[in-house]
Parts: sequence; structure tokens; C-alpha cells
Amino acid sequence: MQLIEERLRSLMLQSLAGDAAAYRMFLDELTARLRSYLRRQLGGLPDEVEDLLQELLLAVHNKRHTYDPKQPLTAWVQAIARYKLVDLLRRRSRSNVLTDPLDEDDRVFATTANDAAEAQYDVAKLLRGLPDRQRLPILYVKIEGASVTDTAVRTGMSESAVKVGIHRGLKALAERIRSIG
Amino acid sequence: MKTEDLVALLSTGAEAVDLRLPSRRWLLALAGGALIAFLLTAGLLKLNPALWHQTSKPMFWVRESYCAVLGVLGVITVVRLARPGLRLGLVPMGIPVAVIAMWVLAVVTLVAASPQNRARLILGHTAGVCPFLIALVAAPLLIALLWVMRSLAPTRLRWSGAASGFAAGSIGALIYTLHCPELAAPFLAIWYLLGMLIPTAIGAWLGPRLLRW
Repeated sequence: MQLIEERLRSLMLQSLAGDAAAYRMFLDELTARLRSYLRRQLGGLPDEVEDLLQELLLAVHNKRHTYDPKQPLTAWVQAIARYKLVDLLRRRSRSNVLTDPLDEDDRVFATTANDAAEAQYDVAKLLRGLPDRQRLPILYVKIEGASVTDTAVRTGMSESAVKVGIHRGLKALAERIRSIG
Repeated sequence: MKTEDLVALLSTGAEAVDLRLPSRRWLLALAGGALIAFLLTAGLLKLNPALWHQTSKPMFWVRESYCAVLGVLGVITVVRLARPGLRLGLVPMGIPVAVIAMWVLAVVTLVAASPQNRARLILGHTAGVCPFLIALVAAPLLIALLWVMRSLAPTRLRWSGAASGFAAGSIGALIYTLHCPELAAPFLAIWYLLGMLIPTAIGAWLGPRLLRW
């Protein structure tokens, strides 16, 4: 446990300093940890695991400025995961009462092990619903891997507008996922 | 989208994050909220003309420190609640301690006073309006604190809203003292506390509605 804490914390601190490769490693390790945590917690709702996992990753990303380097990273992640889990279960219990009294027949065929890494909603599709000033910066910088400067030239936006677009777009994406779930 | 694609999306081109952002926002919210609260007090309610004269009385400083201590404890609690997984520690416990200390002082004052003076010590001249005026002065602070809270990541929404309300209420009360002529401990123990509890209750109600993320 101590080892995980130290490793993830140092990756997080490098990420916050702007090291994208460290951030990738951080998110990969976090993904594996969170997935098995969610599988345990959502035993009765296997469909939800990957959805909530992606929602959690977006939350960690959008809220990473709230990490205090003086606190244990695992405590920070744990608090976010628990918050999102409770939020999901509350939404579920509400919508189940209202709309789906029984869907056992669907579930038998709904999931296979191969699907496990794919969420039910399509982030790519949700992305298409965003306004251009958010969608294009995310598409060019985050998916195609272009630099902020090139993206600014391509879209005719200023560099700071590109950064703001990415930031707001990912927040909007997290909100859309949440309202679907 | 596959989760690994999302991870790639999030990490590609990720830039440095300014870790001082939360503290800067809190300072901005407190300064802005306090400024508007002061303008409300000075413009709408008028400053107490006897303010300078009051400063020579010990109870003036008791009143100021009471509000200031509660404000500091409230703000520390708010700041901690806005970050996931941060321990609150013993800081919030200081709030009931300060409140009880004021009650003790109020009881001692009432016991020492002659019976015909007691009603005046409790009600002063402004008991009917005091809690509402404190709540009014606290409103801009509450709005500012909730606005910053929304941009961070509170996980206990009702508590976060309530703490924002209490911090706003006690700083609002501190600013309201520039108008308020009352200095008696029994008055402060009852009506000032009620004034702080109005924004606290509003914050607790708003928390789960405004702060979800």
C-alpha cells in the first residue's frame, strides 16, 4: 500500500508539473485499480463498471487542481471514487423506481468479458455534440496530438481560447455523461 | 469509446496545473464578498457613529474577536471540505467551543446584572432586525464562497454548503459590527448566533443542489 501511494503520488506530482508521459502512466495504473475496485463495489451492476470508470477518470482529470501535495494521493482518489459511486447508486435507485422495474432478460446477453473495456455510452459521440470552440481543440490536441499552437492556427482561435476550450469541453463532457447515467 | 482511448485522450498534451489556483480563488472570493458586504453595511445600514467611542470598551473587542475567530474557523473548514479526502481535524470543533464560551459569558453577565436590566441586556434595541441584517450582509460572501466551492471538488455537499454559510455568516457578522450598536454578551450570544445560522441553513439547503459534480 505504501509503495502504491509513493509511486502514484510521484507520478501525479510529475503530471501536475506538465509531464504528459507520467500522466499517462498515472492514469493507466489508476484505471486498473479503479476497475477492480468498481467491480467489487458494483457486483450487482456489472454494466455500470466501465461507465463509472470513465466518469471517474474524467472527474480525476477535471478536478486534479484540488489535489493537495501534502495529502496522501490514495485518500484523494478514494474520496472521489466513493463520492461518484454514491452519486451513481443514488441516480440508479431513483431511475430504477421510475423507469425500469425489471430488466433481467436484457442483462443476460448484455455483457461479455470482451466488452469490459468499453463503456455503454460513446464518448466520441458525446464529443460530437459539443460546440466547435470546445470540440475542435479536444479533437486536434487531445485526439490527434497536435500542439496548442498548431491548433490555434488551424482553428483561427487564440492559444488561450484553445486551452479554455479543452478545459470547458472536458467539463461539459463529464456533465453529459453524468446526466445520461 | 474504450477506456484506454479515454486515458490517451486525457493524457495527450496535458499541461502543467497551477496548484495555487484554489487558494487564489478563495482569497478573491473572500475579498470580493467582504467588500460588497462592507458597501452594504456602510451604504444601506450606515456605520455606527459611536464606533470610535465603542473601541475603548472591552466588550467591543470581545465582540470583534468572537466574530473573527468563528470566521477563521469557518473558512479553514470550508477550504478543507472543498478538497476530496482531506481530514477536517479538530478545527470545526473550535466553533461550538467559541459559541459556548460566549453563552457562559452571557449567563455570567445576566446573573451579575440587576433583574430589571436583564431584558435590555438580552434584547438591546435591535434584536428584531439583527439576525436578518447579518444574513443580508453575509449574502454576498455566501454567494462568493459557493461559487468557488463549485469550481473545486467537495464530496460532502450538505456540510460544504453549511460550512460556507457559517463562514459567510460569521464574517458578515464581523462586518455588521461596524453598524451594530449592541455590545452586551447576552445579545451577542443569541442574536448574532441566529444571524450566522440563517446563512448556514441556506447553505445546507443549497449545498446538495448547487455543488454536485
